[in-house]
Amino acid sequence: MQFSLSSSPHNRVRRDTASVMRAVCYACIPGIMAQVWFFGWGVMIQLILAIATALITEAGIMKLRRRNAKRILSDYSAVLTALLLAVSIPPLAPWWLIVIGTFFSIAIVKQLYGGLGFNMFNPAMGGYVMLLISFPLAMSMWLPVQSMALYPYNLTDALSVIFTGFSVSGYDVTQLRLGIDGVTQATPLDAVRSSLLLGETYSEALQAPIFTSESGLSHGWAWVALAYLVGGLFLLWRKFISWHMPVSMLAGVILTSGFLNMIMPDASGGVLFHLFSGAVLFGAFFIVTDPVSGSTTPKGRIIFGALIGFWTVIIRTFGGYPDAVAFAVLLMNIAVPLIDYYTQPRTYGARS
Amino acid sequence: MEAFAKIDILDRVDGAAVVEAIKAGQLHDFPGGVHPPEAKLLSNQAPIASMPVPKTLYIPLKQHAGIQGSLVVAVGDKVKKGQALTHSSHPFAVPVHASTSGTIMEITAHSSAHASGLPESTIILEPDGAEEWHIMPPLDDYRSVEPVKLIERICDAGISGLGGAGFPTHIKTQHDHDVECLIINGIECEPYISSDDRIMREHAWQIKQGIDILRYLVKPKEIIIAIENNKPEAFEALKTACSSDASITMASVPTKYPAGGEKQLIKALTGHEVPRSGLPMDIGCMMFNVGTCFAIADAIIYGKALVQRVVTLTGEALDTPQNVWALLGTPMSDLLSFAKYQPTKQKRHKVIMGGPMMGFAVANDSVPVVKITNCVLVPAADELPDIDDEKPCIRCGYCTDACPAGLLPQQLYWYSKAKDYPKAEEYALADCIECGACAYVCPSEIPLVQYYRQAKAEIKAQLDEQQKSEKAKLRFEQRQARLEADKKAREEKHRKAAEARKVAMENNGGDAKAKIAAALARAKAKKQQAAKANNSDTSSTDNNESSE
Repeated sequence: MQFSLSSSPHNRVRRDTASVMRAVCYACIPGIMAQVWFFGWGVMIQLILAIATALITEAGIMKLRRRNAKRILSDYSAVLTALLLAVSIPPLAPWWLIVIGTFFSIAIVKQLYGGLGFNMFNPAMGGYVMLLISFPLAMSMWLPVQSMALYPYNLTDALSVIFTGFSVSGYDVTQLRLGIDGVTQATPLDAVRSSLLLGETYSEALQAPIFTSESGLSHGWAWVALAYLVGGLFLLWRKFISWHMPVSMLAGVILTSGFLNMIMPDASGGVLFHLFSGAVLFGAFFIVTDPVSGSTTPKGRIIFGALIGFWTVIIRTFGGYPDAVAFAVLLMNIAVPLIDYYTQPRTYGARS
Repeated sequence: MEAFAKIDILDRVDGAAVVEAIKAGQLHDFPGGVHPPEAKLLSNQAPIASMPVPKTLYIPLKQHAGIQGSLVVAVGDKVKKGQALTHSSHPFAVPVHASTSGTIMEITAHSSAHASGLPESTIILEPDGAEEWHIMPPLDDYRSVEPVKLIERICDAGISGLGGAGFPTHIKTQHDHDVECLIINGIECEPYISSDDRIMREHAWQIKQGIDILRYLVKPKEIIIAIENNKPEAFEALKTACSSDASITMASVPTKYPAGGEKQLIKALTGHEVPRSGLPMDIGCMMFNVGTCFAIADAIIYGKALVQRVVTLTGEALDTPQNVWALLGTPMSDLLSFAKYQPTKQKRHKVIMGGPMMGFAVANDSVPVVKITNCVLVPAADELPDIDDEKPCIRCGYCTDACPAGLLPQQLYWYSKAKDYPKAEEYALADCIECGACAYVCPSEIPLVQYYRQAKAEIKAQLDEQQKSEKAKLRFEQRQARLEADKKAREEKHRKAAEARKVAMENNGGDAKAKIAAALARAKAKKQQAAKANNSDTSSTDNNESSE
């Protein structure tokens, strides 16, 4: 009797690439819910647009490359990229913005380099930075926390604004951005940045209505960040991601912002402000942990994460854009081969 | 600063300190490792059963890591159980024995118990059913026997490491000084396998006898028995057997694959590491498997050669998974029918020799049990996933976290795949123990170990080729030198001969010249006389004379 042959090991964990990607998608759910709660339905529409664009783009490229599209699409990596990009852009941004961004992420940043596993840059952040540089105005149209908005909007409004530029009641995005006080409500990062640029001190900047107190925490935004932290902790707990990169990135943010705030307390944000504003917590668990474009050695992961944290605070404080996680990530993506090369672990029995 | 340098983990271990730490419950951890489902309960509940003697036994001439011995029997010979079939004429040759009494029918190439399944010379033995033993004289009072005699006996009994690697045991036992820790390996970290578990539970006393013999031979400072903490019954059994012996330390090691690997276990127990391309002896450690200890006692105290071993028959495609005493040479078909194999429970008919992590799929059901066969695993469909849907590497690094050798499996994969062997070697491909932990955790289902094996084989082939061409070059150069020397010698000979001729010529030639000169002189004198006589007669003669 002949038997079929195969190579050892004959067992493996039943956790494939697709299930890892799906798990990361699920872990985004608390954050997305918080975003919907505080900033309205826009994000859901962006999500649907992004995922649809990503799947169509990837399927098209697979057709061009004469590969089995179904097999590639079922790894869920395109869905995840789309999701990460969609939650990063203003909720009521015009439809073409997310479509262009997602197309760029998938077609240029990912597939042109050879598809999953071969892309040098984080696809979502590549798309995000392209949008930020190309469409700065549309990318800054963030909304006020809905409970503090002059004109809160509903699902039909969201559809209408995204596709026509005006809500059902005829308001455009600029009007929808007004707070109860009739002033356009800035994001926490914008508020502090413009205030500091005007020559005010950091503590004066914290007087903006978006902040809850002197701590640097903000209405809505801090909750969204916390919700992503919850999702991230889930990924850590289930060992979908290793602790190295999130912890080192947060440490990088804390140390750098703590140091800057100590030597120039008036001209830079505090630790809590940096941690809970913008994309730091989201980035630490969902962006930096992208395996493909990140460092792979144990020491390298720590260096990679810490430097992203460092650059995030440096660019936020001294650079031209309010948030900097995406820039920091792309910057460190370039450094990955170098980091990996110089952080090879000591093998068993080797002389150090 | 130097004074504060940490103790180098590549230095020799201090047996006393190690034992003290173990007794205080302090063990070390080795990097990486995985926790696959253990599935040991499937087979470890029933006592080891004896199998009926098979109709035919297939005894390969080589069943260990080394070279085969020379045949000492011929077709048609009647042999007794335990009678040697080959003779060891080389330190790395270990003899094989007749597993039962019977007649040698044929000596031919037969499917081997090896991943390749390639045929190997095999003795085909037809048992006569008499089970008539050929017993070597028991050496039960071995303490009065010279160690060298015991070592010879261990070799003659055909004992090689029964844990899986099959290294000739007598070679290890030749060291009798500087052994700090003699480690008895009862870890059995591979999932499914329970042969060591059962032998420890049922034959702890004989294992203890084997350990005592080893103590006499290698004179270790300390003896440590290491058992994974998922085998409490085996631990208790050995603890009881060794309770009167204060010099033996029991260590319960946390369950983690591959804790039973020699290097990993040494790290876990001592905190020290075996240096790269070195041996455990370099740091004062020596390790034997519990089954090997049992076999040593059999050989020395009972005079029995290694003719059988415990084999775990397991997997959900077997109706009666269990452990059996299987004669070496028993074909798979006998084992499978004994454990009631249900082919219908499998989608693809697959039989694995060894465990799910490091075992290999056997080619057909005539492949025999050999000395390293600890398990035959027959998984039902869906019990173990098929691994044939390789996807692109997403660089997740799970493999790095799982590698017990501290390697970067992902980089090894890229370089192996790209056939960039110098780079693969730079990333220490040779240090890979092929435990399979990386491929086990890979979410892209990449058969990593297969890539490494191929790369290793290619590197070895290149090295062999290189050595061969270097040898050829050397031979060519030597031949050239020889020819050159011959030519020179020839030329020298010719030169000498020529010179000799010249000298001879000169000697002879001198005479001739003198004769010629004398003849000329005589002729001249004659002419002068004649001229004087005719001088006045004619002047023309004078003229003629002057013109001469």
